[in-house]
Formats: sequence, C-alpha cells, structure tokens
Amino acid sequence: MVQDMSARSHDPLQAAEDWLADGRKVALATVIETWGSAPRPTGSHLAISEDGDFEGSVSGGCVEGAVVAEAIDVIETDRPRVLEFGVADETAWRVGLSCGGRIRVLVEPLG
Amino acid sequence: MKKSILEQLNEARASRRGAVTVASEEEGVRQLLLEGEMPDDALGQAASKVLRAGKAGTADVDGEALFLNAYVPPVRFVVIGAVHISQALAPMARAAGYDLEIIDPRGAFATPDRFPDVTLHADWPQDVLSSRPLDAYTALAAITHDPKIDDPALIAALEANCFYIGALGSRKTHGRRIERLTDAGFGQAAIGRIDAPIGLDIGAANPQEIAVAVLAQMIAAFRKRGMESLV
Repeated sequence: MVQDMSARSHDPLQAAEDWLADGRKVALATVIETWGSAPRPTGSHLAISEDGDFEGSVSGGCVEGAVVAEAIDVIETDRPRVLEFGVADETAWRVGLSCGGRIRVLVEPLG
Repeated sequence: MKKSILEQLNEARASRRGAVTVASEEEGVRQLLLEGEMPDDALGQAASKVLRAGKAGTADVDGEALFLNAYVPPVRFVVIGAVHISQALAPMARAAGYDLEIIDPRGAFATPDRFPDVTLHADWPQDVLSSRPLDAYTALAAITHDPKIDDPALIAALEANCFYIGALGSRKTHGRRIERLTDAGFGQAAIGRIDAPIGLDIGAANPQEIAVAVLAQMIAAFRKRGMESLV
C-alpha cells in the first residue's frame, strides 16, 4: 500500500491534473517513438508546469532539461510540437542520449 | 489534451479500468477510449490491440498516423491459501514483476514468519474481497484444497471476470467443484474459465515446480487476454 501511494505521488498525469486544479499552466511530454536502446518506452510521460516543476521522465535524465525548456515554450504558444533526440543529432539539439538510442517526444499543452 | 480528458483518464486509472488515448502530432491527445466502450471501427480495433498488448504505438487509421497510448492497470495477483506452494510462488511472482497478496483465514498458516514481505490477509476471502473487490485485471489462484475457503473466492472471481482463475485439485476434486458451482447457478462456459487442475502441464513434482506452472499459466492468460475476441 505504501508503494502504491509513493507511485501515485510521482505520477506525472496526476501531477498534471493537480497543477491544473491549482490554476497553473501545464504541458505534457510523451515518448511517441523510439529506436535502438531508448531508456524509456513509448507512452512514457513527463509533465511540466509553467514555472518549471516537472514529474515523470522521457529518458534516463539525459534530455529532460531540454524537454522542460521546450515545454515552457509550448505552454506560451499553446501549440503541440514534436522533439527528436539522438546521440549523433548534434546539429539539431545540444543534448543527446548517451545510450545511443533515438526518441521522438510529443509535447502538448494541457487544459 | 483537454483538462476533461486528463481527468477522465486519471479516473479510469484510479478505478483500474483500461484506457487508450488517441493523439496526432498536430493536435496532441484528442480522444479517450475506455475499455468496454471501444467503437466498432478501425480506430476501435487499433485501440483494442494496443490495450491488449499494453504497449503504446503508432497506427495508421483511415490514412492518418495516430499515436495510441495504452493505460493498462497493474495486475493484482490474489492467492487463496497461505500454503507451501504460495511460499514458493510469492518470491517468484515478485521477481517476474507481479504483486501478489495472500488470503487465508487460518491464522496459523497466514503468518509473517512464513511469508516475509508479502501482503497477508488472515481472514475469509469473502470478507477481504468485499472491501477490495476483484476485477478483470486480477488473477486469482485458489490453492487451499478446502472448498469452504476456495469456493467463495472462485465464485467472486467468476463474477468479477478475473482474467485468470486457477484452482488446485485433481480432476476428481474438480469434478465435485463443478457440481457445487453448477448448483450455485454457474453455467458450463463460466465454470470452463477455471483452470483446473491448476498450472501449465509441465509435470510439476513439488510445490516449487507447481508455483512455476501456476505463474507461467497466469502470465500466459494475461498476455493472451482478449485474443479470442479477435476471431
């Protein structure tokens, strides 16, 4: 039971709902495609509030910082966008996945 | 994703109901489909497929690439009987990633000494299950060998449509069980959902091996659930 509660308190979708209820603006990032040894499977969520709080993960921690920064922008523009991360993709993104995998992440505004 | 969809999704997850979100890259999540209410079209079929697999994925529906995310409730594995087989089964189930809990009204059997780190209910199944009802994402194995304890749990499992129902006992024992369940008003199809004698037929020769057979049978039932509805 204790395990259930801690899982719930780190639940990105529940965090997103709670933040919205608090009147905060929120974005949700979701892994929609993976290639190679991606650290988190498709469907994984990272919820981000307008003030930079976040819950969940879309990688092993390698790209979350970049996703949070993009999410703030998504909240401002109120339009979804797709981000792509890969270890060799230095031209598009400064951050990469150290595992060598590639992921695509959909970031969308909530509410 | 609209706030209302997020709230419905969280409600479905809290009530242990399967759900699928439908998203496009341009709009994000635009629709929520709930288990048992799938539309009878290409989208409904694609959503049912990801729900069964428990794995998100992209599907081409009517010429549009859609991202379908599956929200499958975690499996609850309820074992009736704090017996030797359960002692072997509990750590095996945990190693395989399944949370197991044990119900046995016999206080001498259901002791933390015999079952360290396992959720134990030293109470009658009907009492425990009335406060924590079974559901379609619950597996139930009744292995006390005592109809007084096993039968109420099996009846609850049939009524809740548990994805796996197994019962220990020889064919002869199961024959008498079928008579009792028939008297209780269950038809052949419902009773046929009970796997008995319990466990995959691997020639298990001791409690540890029976535990392997039960765990494998439960996993197979989970991973293959709903396949018959494809036909």
